[in-house]
Order: sequence, then C-alpha cells, then structure tokens
Amino acid sequence: MKFKGRDIISIKDFTRAEIDYILEIAQAMEALAKTGSNMLRGKILATLFFEASTRTRLSFESAMHKLGGSTIGFAEAKITSVKKGENLADTIRVVENYADVIALRHPLEGSARLAAEFAQIPIINGGSGAEEHPTQALLDLYTILKEMGRIDGLNIALVGDLRYGRTVHSLSYALSLYNVKLYLVSPELLRMRREVLDTIKEKIRVVQKAAIEEVLPKIDVLYVTRIQKERFADMAEYAKVKGAYRIGLDLLENAKKDLVIMHPLPRVDEIADEVDETPHAKYFQQVWNGVVMRMALLALILGATE
Amino acid sequence: MAETTLRVSKIKNGTVIDHITNGHALDVVKILGITGRTGGIVTVAMNVPSKRLEVKDIVKIEGRELNSKEVDKIALLAPHASINIIRDYVVVEKQVVKLPAVLKGIVKCANPACISNSEEPVQPTFYVERGEPLKVKCHYCGYIMEKQDVLKQF
Ligand SMILES: Nc1ncnc2c1ncn2[C@@H]1O[C@H](COP(=O)(O)OP(=O)(O)OP(=O)(O)O)[C@@H](O)[C@H]1O
Ligand SMILES: [Mg+2]
Ligand SMILES: [Zn+2]
Repeated sequence: MKFKGRDIISIKDFTRAEIDYILEIAQAMEALAKTGSNMLRGKILATLFFEASTRTRLSFESAMHKLGGSTIGFAEAKITSVKKGENLADTIRVVENYADVIALRHPLEGSARLAAEFAQIPIINGGSGAEEHPTQALLDLYTILKEMGRIDGLNIALVGDLRYGRTVHSLSYALSLYNVKLYLVSPELLRMRREVLDTIKEKIRVVQKAAIEEVLPKIDVLYVTRIQKERFADMAEYAKVKGAYRIGLDLLENAKKDLVIMHPLPRVDEIADEVDETPHAKYFQQVWNGVVMRMALLALILGATE
Repeated sequence: MAETTLRVSKIKNGTVIDHITNGHALDVVKILGITGRTGGIVTVAMNVPSKRLEVKDIVKIEGRELNSKEVDKIALLAPHASINIIRDYVVVEKQVVKLPAVLKGIVKCANPACISNSEEPVQPTFYVERGEPLKVKCHYCGYIMEKQDVLKQF
C-alpha cells in the first residue's frame, strides 16, 4: 500500500483495505499525540482556508506541530489574492513552492480535485463546498472503531441535513465499504443527495426515514448534524423541523445502553446540553480523534511512516 | 395524372443526420444551434418508417459539414444516429455516432456550486455512466446530469 505523495480528495478514492490501514496508523499515533514527535521535522503544511473554519484548520495545524512540522496559511479568502481575482489553479501553483503539503478548504464543489490537478505536492481536502470532507469521515470511522470495537455489523443513523452536509456525504461513502445498515433520517427537503445515494445503495442496506423516534431503539451509532436556517424559505417550516430532530434525554430513554452519539461540531442546539453528561456523548472525543487521524494522514502522505 | 408525392429536392453539399431516435429531431436541431434564421435549407422529417428502428427522425442540413464536437453532441441525444456527409449529391462519408466515455468541453456542469463553472483554466469534464437514457457524472463535483439537464444548455 503506497500513501507517499497521494492526495486525499474523496473517500471514494480509497479502498476498504487502505482505510483499515489508515485506521491502524491512527491508533499508532495516539501515543505520539501525547508526547509529540519529530517525524515531520523540516516539513511545512500550508492550510489554505477559503471559507471560515476554525476547528478543521486548528486540527490540521495541531497535528502537524505534534509531528514536529510547521504550518503556514490563511484562514479567510478576503485577505488573500483571491479577492484580487486570482483563480484557485494559480493560487495552488504559487503556494506549492512554499510547502510540502496543502490542506484546502474551499466553498466550491470539486475544488480539491481541481487543485490536485495543478499541484505537484499532495492536496488534502479539508472540505469542498457541500460535496465532501474526507478527513472528517476518517476521524468519524476511527471514533466508531475506538468506541464500538468494530464497524462491521453496526446499525448507524445519520440525522439532519443530509443534502448539504459534506461530512455526511463522505461518511456515507466510507461506511458503504463496511457491512453496516445505514438509516438516513432527514426532513424531505434535506434528503441525501442522489449521487451519494446511488453509489452507497449498491453496496449496503440503506433506509431513508423522516422520523427519528422509530429508528432510535435499533441503532448503535447516532450521527447528528446541524440543520441550517438558510436552507429554508419558510421559517415556520424550519422551526418545526428543528424541533423534530432535537436530541434530548427523553428521546434517549428508548436507546440501546451503549449507543454512541457523534456530531461533527459546531453544535447549536440539536443535541441538548444534558446529553453531554451521558455515556453516549462522544463528540468531544471526536475532536481529539481528529488530531490523531490527521497526524496519521500527514505522516503517511509525507512518507514518514509506511 | 395527378401527382401523389411531393419530393424534397436533394442536397448538393451538406449533412444528413439519419436514424435519430424518434422524437429527437428538434433536439438535434437545437443542439446544433440551428434557428432557421440564417444558413441554407434545413429539412426535418419525423416518424419516418425505418428498417433498423421502427420509426426514426431525419435532419438534413444544406451547406454544413459537422465537426467531431458536434457529432459528439448529437450522440448525447441520439446515440443511434448516423451522420452522412454529402458532396455533390452523393454520400461520401458515413459515420455512426459514438458517445465517448469521457466528454470534455462539450457540456457544462449543471451544479452552480461546481468549481468547473468558475474562472479556472479547465474544461468541464464528464464520465458517461449510461448512454440511453443519458446519465453523465461531473469529474470535478460528481454531480449527475441526465438528458434534460444537457438539453437545457443548448
Ligand atoms: N443528396 C442527398 N440529399 C438528401 N438526402 C440524401 C442525399 N443522399 C443521401 N441522402 C439520405 O442520406 C441517408 C443515407 O443515404 P444512403 O444512400 O447511405 O442510404 P442507406 O443505404 O439507407 O444508408 P444506411 O445504411 O445508413 O441506412 C438516407 O436517409 C438518404 O435518403
Ligand atoms: Mg437507410
Ligand atoms: Zn460539476
């Protein structure tokens, strides 16, 4: 398995064996994430974030520093040359001279694939519009594996905005490589987009539902995402939908004892604060796992580990 | 004796697009940017009995030979069509359209959020997942387009 020099554009570019291997390397990174390491000394990560994001960027930067590397970059397109009209292809061909690897977040779909076509150095997709967010999917898989001890055989529900949520797109592709049953729970307006559904339905059992209540007792993992106001033309409809997908203690009465609740964060109020105190809540562990996973990915594609 | 047939005169030079899936002659006309306001004679025949297909449509264009990009466009809508180049009243070249596996620079992505629709130095690129009915997938954003999405662009 060769990872050195590879891009991480889409989960679809990886096989199950490759993902399993990445998960193993992540596990091996846990110790180094605590002690620090010099594995990537002298290497530079450029974080090009054309869209506001703190967490994903900080996570990449933290991962790079923990491996002894350093980081450069920008976090808002308006302070960069992009506002002067430079296209992404040019930005990439400039920045690649400053760094060994680029983590890119961009509002347009397909942006990471385009960047990779112009770059000589590896590109990591840190979120491409509503399309994909592959490193999030990998850290989510890692979290499931760590918490449940396995991925195969689980019943997993993705809840919320499945149409515009890039994390759930990447996660669905990733889970379709495993033997899972996937419940897609969303309001009609925000159902899973067709290209994702077409692809995953060929591989795993997929059930689409509008209500969470009937699904909840059956599942092992509940993955909650935010429903954004901007998606609705009708605010009354938004208020109704928002209430219907709120996860509170009352709802969890019917849950399996070892149900794991995850969320890509930031959360607004789709998971009640009281849930944080339950053993189900794993969303803050996900954040740590994100650093560990990104350490694994950086080490692999920069050839520091095999 | 009364005439029972009205003959359409032969084309001297031009293109005959034959064996178009019936119902698609007007799409073919549209895709080629033919408005009838300029250019030579254009004849459109619909629901013509055919040996190969049950019925077919035919489009004959006087004074214009199609290039390969145009032939690819026709393949999007009428994957069985044959293109006959006419010179001096006779068929000098016959080509069966073939939908390429990859469409480069022929159609645009219908996803407004796709990077290929912004000012980048790339051609929109699609993979043909199915020929008939048409289903293509954007190389960049993965968006799936069908025949109606493609037709809207011409
Ligand atoms: N000069 C012309 N003007 C107008 N139409 C023509 C002319 N020459 C040929 N055609 C038409 O072009 C098509 C192809 O002509 P061709 O003589 O190759 O017929 P064919 O043997 O039936 O071909 P095929 O095997 O493709 O059906 C036919 O529909 C024919 O009527
Ligand atoms: Mg014939
Ligand atoms: Zn596209």
